[in-house]
Amino acid sequence: MSERTFVGGIHPGYFKDYSSGKPITSARAPAQVIISLHQNIGAPCDPVVQVGDEVKMGQKIGEPKGFVSAPIFASVSGKVTKIEPFNHPLGNPVLAVFIENDGQDTPDEGMKPGKTLEELSAEEIKKIAKDAGLVGLGGATFPTHVKLSPPPEIKIDTVIINGAECEPFLTADHRQMLEQSDDIVYGLKAFMKALGATKGIIGIEDNKFDAVESMKKAVAEGKGDYDIEVHTLHTKYPQGAEKMLIKATTGREVPPGALPMAVNVVNQNSGTAVALAEAIKLGKPLYERVVTITGPGIKEPANLLVRNGTLVKDLIEQCGGMTDDARKLILGGPMMGLAQPTDEVPALKGTSGVLVLTEEFVKDLPISPCIKCGKCLDVCPMSLMPNFIGSASEKNMIDLAEKYGAMDCFECGCCTYTCPAKRPLVQWIRIAKGEIGARRKK
Amino acid sequence: MERKLVVSSSPHLKSPEDIQSIMVDVLVALFPVALMAVFLFGYRALATMVIAMLAAMVTEAIILRKGNLFGDGSAAVTGLLLAMTLPPAPPWWVVVVGSAVAIGIGKQIYGGIGNNIFNPALVGRAVLIVSWSGHIAGNVWLKPVPFGFTADMVTQATPLATKAASLGNLFIGTVSGSLGETSALALIIGGLWLYHRGHIDWRIPGSFVAVVFILGFFDGGFSMGLFHVLAGGVLLGALFMATDMVTSPVTPVGKLVFGAGCGLVTMVVRLFGSLPEGVTFGILLMNGLTPLIDNLTLPKRFGEVSKSA
Ligand code: SF4
Ligand code: SF4
Repeated sequence: MSERTFVGGIHPGYFKDYSSGKPITSARAPAQVIISLHQNIGAPCDPVVQVGDEVKMGQKIGEPKGFVSAPIFASVSGKVTKIEPFNHPLGNPVLAVFIENDGQDTPDEGMKPGKTLEELSAEEIKKIAKDAGLVGLGGATFPTHVKLSPPPEIKIDTVIINGAECEPFLTADHRQMLEQSDDIVYGLKAFMKALGATKGIIGIEDNKFDAVESMKKAVAEGKGDYDIEVHTLHTKYPQGAEKMLIKATTGREVPPGALPMAVNVVNQNSGTAVALAEAIKLGKPLYERVVTITGPGIKEPANLLVRNGTLVKDLIEQCGGMTDDARKLILGGPMMGLAQPTDEVPALKGTSGVLVLTEEFVKDLPISPCIKCGKCLDVCPMSLMPNFIGSASEKNMIDLAEKYGAMDCFECGCCTYTCPAKRPLVQWIRIAKGEIGARRKK
Repeated sequence: MERKLVVSSSPHLKSPEDIQSIMVDVLVALFPVALMAVFLFGYRALATMVIAMLAAMVTEAIILRKGNLFGDGSAAVTGLLLAMTLPPAPPWWVVVVGSAVAIGIGKQIYGGIGNNIFNPALVGRAVLIVSWSGHIAGNVWLKPVPFGFTADMVTQATPLATKAASLGNLFIGTVSGSLGETSALALIIGGLWLYHRGHIDWRIPGSFVAVVFILGFFDGGFSMGLFHVLAGGVLLGALFMATDMVTSPVTPVGKLVFGAGCGLVTMVVRLFGSLPEGVTFGILLMNGLTPLIDNLTLPKRFGEVSKSA
């Protein structure tokens, strides 16, 4: 049987039909981009341009402040008009570089093909990933070069490309698997070479059978002497979560608190593989990405190639605008995405989707006491006790929350989704995690 | 564009299931059982069920001072479950008191839904047994008369007391007993529905019934094992009472322990006690142990014992 999966999880509606049939098209380049200087997990960047500077497309404008960070690039050519804090999807304003687009798209000198994959050494591939500012494009935005630099005692044997795209509504990865399958295989080979891995796996949920076909074909044509397989995964949320994907494809369980490296695996999103392929083949740094603009609140859903720093408002306008009953704007998917108070917020490296939900999705449901149905335990992919953690956190009993596994929660949202008493479990668990984290630092 | 956007914490999708929809599913599951009761015991059974449900709902509405009688549906379920444990036709006021006690003392005193320790319907039943045993036990067991809607009240000892009933009759339900306990067939159909809807897990009924069968087997062989499973309140208890979400463990191992404990107490009472039936007390006792069981059986977290492939 080719179906692989993990224990737990939920089956929300797919809602992919809004945009899954829409080929990727380029979004209009805006007259001004507002490029945030904090776009990855880890340290933010310092600006390396000044107000008044002329910049080229692909030119570095933000220099990372630490190892766990990635540089940031201009997504248009033009003039820097301001460097000041601006809205950020995470809430508080963050320093951003405002560039007035001159409409020329004059490329930076560095954007040209270099050595081929055959000629590149592992170290050179890592350097390319780092210099191109690659981060995990699935939404986690973990800097790619860090994943490519395991400690010397750890030997990575397998690279897994995450094509599960288990979040409902989102279709960017799906479209890339159909339209840029060769680049995904190319990127995977580059990851394998950089890590000295002997095995490559591309994991795709079985509701995207056309993507499975497309990737199988690309693998057959492009794998050369690399050992690469396409795995069909059971369609279930959160199949694309790092640990669940590793379990489903390799049978290995990453221990609590550990990284995939601990079981000799590195995960990369399919979009990140494309970005690496383009960085190698074209010398192109990460200044644009595919974003799904979708949901019942969007008039004409689409998959757009979006320049970094484009305002979400612009993107929505290009998709016909919001419907009259639109009530909620989310960056990312509906399970883990962040609701935004305003559409004046820039698209970042980690923006996988712009989702607009309507009235019927935002009903305020009354919260009842826990009826101890145990359904949240059944769906928790980490086998935690979401009910107990939630109640403990609600009562501010942080030690108890920790005992029931709060720190292992990766906030997938399955428990809250399922709870018939409509208890905001994840929200409470997040609070407990914040408290526990703060205590541990002391 | 001035539009007020709603900001809330993820996830932004919620399953359509809520407490009310679960309670409606339980009522649906009890429908075959109720139908069978009316078929066997006539309109009196219907009256008992309706009175029990109404009394439970009214009690809850009064305590909570709410206008909506059905509410989340849990009071209707409690009332109906209580009726299932009663003889087919007790005096109406006994039924009302039982329902009022079930809701008032069994549930609301603890703070309402989700907070009670003991199964409310069984609390109601236990109080009735202690207070008016003459109406609840003894010579009250109507002889079932299929389609006998106008039948006179003829009573008959229950199979558990006589240890004489064919397994076939026990399965179909043409024996005397409580309203909802006689027909194994109807109970199993209802249980399968709950299982299909994801509201019960196999573990509690499975371990409950398994322990009853094994102990019955040691007492008198295979058919005695089956007899103990089919006779009396074991199936009603195992499928509908012990599986009450609020008062049973949430952990998978805890569910096994809980069901086994219910089965054990039931059989100890049946084989060695002075009462013919022990299901009620078995479940109530295990209800009391539920928090402890949960805490002793926390599941292994993902990756906790890493088996590197
Ligand atoms: S407890 Fe955390 S990991 Fe488990 S279901 Fe809830 S959000 Fe997901
Ligand atoms: S799903 Fe909700 S009601 Fe059920 S046990 Fe978990 S927290 Fe309690």
